[in-house]
Amino acid sequence: MSETSHLHDLLWQMLRIRRFEERSAQLYQEEKIRGFLHLYIGEEAVAVGVMGALEPEDAVVATYREHGHALARGVAPGSVMAEMYGKVEGCSRGRGGSMHLFDADNRFYGGNAIVGGGLPLAVGLALADHLSGRRRVTAVFFGEGAVAEGEFHESMNLAALWDLPVLFCCENNLYAMGTAIERSESQTHLTLKAASFEIPAWEVDGMDVVAVEEAAVKAVESVRSGGGPHFLEFRTYRFRAHSMFDPELYRSKEEVGEWMSRDPIELLRGRLSAEGLLSEDDWEAMEEKVGAEVDDAVEFAEEGSWEPVGDLSRFVYSEVGGR
Amino acid sequence: MTLIAEKKTITYREAVREAMSDAMRNDERVFLMGEDVGRYGGCYAVSKGMLEEFGPDRVRDTPLSESAFVGAGIGAALGGMRPIVEVMTVNFSLLALDQIVNTAALYLHMSGGQFNVPVVIRMATGAGRQLAAQHSHSLEGWYAHVPGLKVVAPGTIEDARWMLATALDDPDPVIIFEHVGLYNMEGELPENGAPVDLAKAKLRQSGTDVSLITYGGSLPKVMAAADELTQEGISADVLDLRVLRPLDIPAIIDTVTTTHRLVVIDEGWKTGGLSAEIAARVAEDAIWELDAPIRRVCSAEVPVPYARHMEQAALPQVADIVATARALVGR
Repeated sequence: MSETSHLHDLLWQMLRIRRFEERSAQLYQEEKIRGFLHLYIGEEAVAVGVMGALEPEDAVVATYREHGHALARGVAPGSVMAEMYGKVEGCSRGRGGSMHLFDADNRFYGGNAIVGGGLPLAVGLALADHLSGRRRVTAVFFGEGAVAEGEFHESMNLAALWDLPVLFCCENNLYAMGTAIERSESQTHLTLKAASFEIPAWEVDGMDVVAVEEAAVKAVESVRSGGGPHFLEFRTYRFRAHSMFDPELYRSKEEVGEWMSRDPIELLRGRLSAEGLLSEDDWEAMEEKVGAEVDDAVEFAEEGSWEPVGDLSRFVYSEVGGR
Repeated sequence: MTLIAEKKTITYREAVREAMSDAMRNDERVFLMGEDVGRYGGCYAVSKGMLEEFGPDRVRDTPLSESAFVGAGIGAALGGMRPIVEVMTVNFSLLALDQIVNTAALYLHMSGGQFNVPVVIRMATGAGRQLAAQHSHSLEGWYAHVPGLKVVAPGTIEDARWMLATALDDPDPVIIFEHVGLYNMEGELPENGAPVDLAKAKLRQSGTDVSLITYGGSLPKVMAAADELTQEGISADVLDLRVLRPLDIPAIIDTVTTTHRLVVIDEGWKTGGLSAEIAARVAEDAIWELDAPIRRVCSAEVPVPYARHMEQAALPQVADIVATARALVGR
């Protein structure tokens, strides 16, 4: 892939997440999607940049704000949308919803809605690779809120102690729900926490997808070649409310506006346009392609079916023969 | 005493060790991890000598990070391994409750059947060794509350030896509770043992006058009580649950249908506990079989104290079981 078409691909990946989620918010208002819905809008560069650095055999563990990660990892948009509808065609058969997207084919291990809960799991996936002599990487995403959890510290220590191939991806969007990082952390320089475990760590501009990808490629290479766990702190920002029930009393419109002026999609689009690498036609074609994909996803979800209530107790324990 | 050629004398502790070593010899995917399982040889000396045989990769000492290493066991299971995770005591396992209840128990269902978690978690439970309240509780009933988990409690040397193999073969998370009072128990282990069906309770003694339902560390006490009752001319049917989730309801109903009288013996507390569940199931499914009210012999509703006389006063005792059964049959 040429450099330009690679940049187009990054832009397209971010745009498809953006448009998918905008439609999701609409569908939430229409009560097609229920429960909690956490939008990733504003943070797309992080998932897109990191996923680009991973191989299909690598593993991904994400949080409850994971539509972007699932889409960027290759989970079919229709199956993600159907999941949010609660349809049996969803990637978790409608058992998980927005917060619990799973996909074995893409080694996508959720969708974990316990803050910090995915970290020990990621350490274990990496331990299995280590014990089996496989050169695979496990990337685990978590917000800066997770840094206050014991599971964060326990997992960082264990991964470093055992030299395991884990890429810790901290999405620092400055707010744990409504609690600003200065109100939850005595030490707000998160890379220092990683350093205390002797884990290589660096800060990355999470609004710049190219910077994210560059950092991720470098870190993944090092992790894969036996360099032990790495920690990346992505400075990013959530443009929308925490969930659909959040009146956003804890941050100012000015602050939101400042961050929105560094919209990761507009940043890359602007850069490409300025360099003459993206025409208006290219952009419109991209919008059209993305719009069609979202339409298809919604149609797939609409046409999906409800799991029979008689299946309620399936998958509490494994069935002979599997799924 | 002359040993029969096909049997050997072994402790419960050694039986667990033999089960683990055997599994690790037979399956490369099996490994043991936990606090002090390696160099120290295990808090209760269960894994003594295993580090020398299997090396530090497969007998893996962990930091005191229950949540991380139990979660790592769950993750390793998802990654294709068959981990045995040892947690020192059930009281400490509360630090890993998130991983056990929110991850291990939920992933298969929440993922629509995609991700089963074949992890085995072993932990010590129970009182009687003057270890005071933070090392002595019987919280297995809490775990038995949770769909998605399988919970077992070997109460005999043979079960200690043979339950692990089935647990490791199981595609889903299995928690094994080993009562601290059983580790030193010595007995004969038949050479021709075979993996235990994790769906079945087992009748340890057949009788006609009263049913004694129990499991784990209370089983030897119940057997001793049944002996005393026999001498008094009372014939007890002793059912060892072995599996606390899923409960073998048909076996419970069968024994009650045989004797029409029920005493449940459980070292856990009564309130909201396993004994309450068993009593409720019998009341729901077999109340017309009963000739007398259901009775329970459980721990006093207090944290387990240190002083020996106080600790013993808090726990079910043979004399309590005998007295309760005797009263129930009207003697």
